[in-house]
Amino acid sequence: MAVRPPPTPQIPVPVWRNFKDLQEWETLHQKRPEGDKHSQAFEAVTEGIHSFPGGFVLTTAADSFFNWARKSSVWPVTFGLACCAIEMMATFASRFDVERLGMVPWASPRHSDLMIVSGTVTIKMAPMLKRIYDQMPDPKWAVSMGSCSNSGGPFRHGYFVVKGVDRVIPVDVYVPGCPPPPESLLNGLLLLQDQIAHFRRTGARAEPNPKVD
Amino acid sequence: MTPEQASTRISERFGTAQIDGESPIVVTLPPDAWFPFAQFAKDELGCRYFSFLTAVDWKDLGLEVVVKIDNVDNNLSLLVKTRLGPDVSSCPSLTPLYRGANWMEREAYDMFGITFEGHPDLRRILLTDDWEGHPLLKSYAVDTPHPPYR
Repeated sequence: MAVRPPPTPQIPVPVWRNFKDLQEWETLHQKRPEGDKHSQAFEAVTEGIHSFPGGFVLTTAADSFFNWARKSSVWPVTFGLACCAIEMMATFASRFDVERLGMVPWASPRHSDLMIVSGTVTIKMAPMLKRIYDQMPDPKWAVSMGSCSNSGGPFRHGYFVVKGVDRVIPVDVYVPGCPPPPESLLNGLLLLQDQIAHFRRTGARAEPNPKVD
Repeated sequence: MTPEQASTRISERFGTAQIDGESPIVVTLPPDAWFPFAQFAKDELGCRYFSFLTAVDWKDLGLEVVVKIDNVDNNLSLLVKTRLGPDVSSCPSLTPLYRGANWMEREAYDMFGITFEGHPDLRRILLTDDWEGHPLLKSYAVDTPHPPYR
């Protein structure tokens, strides 16, 4: 039984000489790193079962069961950055009621699966955001909510604004809008659930399913 | 005290000052009259309320420091300006006079690199300590990279 080591995302240290280098580095970061949701223990167990006769059926069923369970209880960490957080709170409140999708806004990163980055990420805030993301247990997902965290938005050329939160953490779903209304965020969360339902044991991230949109 | 009386008292005391307008009274001074004027405005005109301090970068003409001080009892407000001159980034501090000037001068130092002489604790207030450059200067390039996040 050979256990593959988990592939680690390789993002080189940024070195810039001129604006072209900056653009190249930017495109590099827009590719999502593979394998960052890889769980070695889980893989070892499923590989073991898989090697038995008839284990294939069991592992496939177990995969779909785990994916169903993950998708049905995505707990977003309570993390509001700016005005998008108001719309996020509206989404969590009773009118839109994400709790019917199994989402409970949880006030601890240790128990959470999802981080909704709602607002402008400044250079001072980026290390804290990274730390909270690192404190969340695997498997974890991130939703970038609004223009500011997608790309910097109207503050893109500001001197203290990170040009998109995907420079700090890997992002699964980008929700456009300034700010996105609760319906948009809800659509983004449904897209995320669809991605999680197709989450594969290989650790590769799922492609978004166009049927949902 | 009416704005007219205040204007005449300023022009009697500071002959080099340009005075314009009534509300606020815009006073333009050379930098060496900066602190004496603030002392005069606080003690004799009663402008005890420090509203704000900021700066303007006029490129080749140099930096301009702007401060607004108010007399809230008599409805009198002064907008005091000084041109530091080209390639000069040193200005007398008003912190010994107004405690409210402390953080405002730190912000002006942070954004424009103006060193306020006599300030007790002049360091960056908004940006991180390892930041290079002063971003509100016109010479600061847009999209200057700042590793690792931009």
